[in-house]
Amino acid sequence: MGHHVLLIEDEPNIVEAVRFILSRDGWKVSCHSDGASAVEAVARINPDVVVLDVMLPNRSGFDILRDLRGDSATAGVPVLMLTAKGQTKDRERAEMLGATAFMTKPFSNAEVLARLHMLVAP
Amino acid sequence: MGKSCKWIFTQPQKELDAAQQFLLAPAAFRRGKNWPAVAVTALTGTRIRERRLLIGLSQADLARAAGISSSYLNLIEHNRRRIGGKLLVTLARALKVDPSHLSEGAGSELMGRLREAAATHPDIAVETARIEEFVGRFPGWSALLATQQQQGAELERRVAALADRLGHDPLLSAALHELLSRVAAIRSTASILADSPDLEQVWRDRFQRNLESDSARLAETSEGLVRFLDSPGETAPAVATPQDELHHFLAARGFRVAELEGGDQSLVEGLISGAVELRSAAGQALARDHLLAYAADAARLPLPGFLERAREMRLDPLKLARAHGLPLQMIMRRLASLPETETRGRIGLVVCDGAGALTFAKPPRDLSLPRHAPACALWPVFAALRAPGTPLRALVKRAGGEGQGLVSYSVAEVMRPDGFDGPEVVRAYMLLVPAALADVPPGPAEPVGGTCRLCPRADCPARREPSILSDGFDSESLTRNIGRQ
Repeated sequence: MGHHVLLIEDEPNIVEAVRFILSRDGWKVSCHSDGASAVEAVARINPDVVVLDVMLPNRSGFDILRDLRGDSATAGVPVLMLTAKGQTKDRERAEMLGATAFMTKPFSNAEVLARLHMLVAP
Repeated sequence: MGKSCKWIFTQPQKELDAAQQFLLAPAAFRRGKNWPAVAVTALTGTRIRERRLLIGLSQADLARAAGISSSYLNLIEHNRRRIGGKLLVTLARALKVDPSHLSEGAGSELMGRLREAAATHPDIAVETARIEEFVGRFPGWSALLATQQQQGAELERRVAALADRLGHDPLLSAALHELLSRVAAIRSTASILADSPDLEQVWRDRFQRNLESDSARLAETSEGLVRFLDSPGETAPAVATPQDELHHFLAARGFRVAELEGGDQSLVEGLISGAVELRSAAGQALARDHLLAYAADAARLPLPGFLERAREMRLDPLKLARAHGLPLQMIMRRLASLPETETRGRIGLVVCDGAGALTFAKPPRDLSLPRHAPACALWPVFAALRAPGTPLRALVKRAGGEGQGLVSYSVAEVMRPDGFDGPEVVRAYMLLVPAALADVPPGPAEPVGGTCRLCPRADCPARREPSILSDGFDSESLTRNIGRQ
């Protein structure tokens, strides 16, 4: 099994498609859809990399990112933030809060794989 | 008479001569000369002269009409004599203009706008030092230029406001995110189907269904956005359904409408008309029903007394219904509207119709409630639908979650809105109270989810479709889940 990625996204069809391509590429994939318990999920699952959507039920991706960076147990995990294309302010805010990389929706499957490989590269 | 005019006539004669020279000098000469500041003060006399020439009056005629000598008028017109009060009014009447058009004050706003216009184009060498002369000599052109400056500034403000709205409007931002998420899902899924000729049939069917559902939602969201962008006013973007509009409206207020806590139903229309979230007639109608019921509930159960009693009874809706002698559904609605800061935990409420469709959903902290997908069949609210009038209490917890869970109180009511011969309408309520705040029923908590696809419970007997969160990702796990049915 390859690297472990935690996908925090609440759109089922995106989760399904991304999970499919990552699994086929050899990744171990965990998924989480609720914003309120996302920080706890990252701490529990301890993935190699997190893909985090900005808009989630009950809590925004920004708040989750802030908490992840504020906790020594999760501060170092690479976070690939999913922002909406054209929402520059989202990207700036994610950058300020410590996102490792960004990807804008809509993204291509090849882009997802390339970004994640880059984030876990030694 | 204004300050500046007074100032002119208190200056030494030498400086006033300079002003006169400024006015009388050929334009080419003026451009090259460094004129003293006094030359650009308000020039009422100049305006009088310009106006007189414009309407074709001789100096002698105007002087006669005003009851002054021609030589005195000449001094006035060349700004050598102070003018104001009665004489200014008399001259204005003879010149057929309002006195304010002759006084310096009349042009101050105009000149302010012209200065603004000049400041917005610093690259153009505007003769700002001669602005008063310009206004005095060409009042029509000045007004036109100032009006255009004002219109330009207004348009800039409007563009800035629209840009700000596009960047910060939470509803528009949510609608755009929804649209882009749909496109992302379609793009990713379509790529899988196109790039995987050997994809197993079970997955191919699944992805094709996903494409269909995403396409339908994309169409809905796009239509809503187009309506929003076409609307001239400050209306909010359309979200998918009228229920979504009501949800956004209530969620923005924490599911609590402080304005209606006094029980005044006459405030409802004002709240609806002022709500950007409620853009469709259907959304407004839903909100009207909800808010009228809210106000009625608040009138019957005023907050301070109800809150105190609710705490005493550990938020148990059945005990509260008995204590108040009111319907259980009303108590549930009221409990769900209590301030979170007072109850020290978020109370959720789900309302569904006889078909199981959610018509209202205030999520508790630890459980996501689906807005566009079928809900978890294990929710006690669906058990209540099968036994109308019977209150049910159960302990539930989010599948895969930690903590004590939630105590659910459910009840269904049967109505015949159209009378005895009309159709039977069923509505069920489920109140979700954090277990730490309630009396917990015996026995273990039942794991429940939001909707099947996002629920990790592997052994769920009520699963209607496989979860995308289940461990492993192979066709075997998928068919195993489906085969259970």
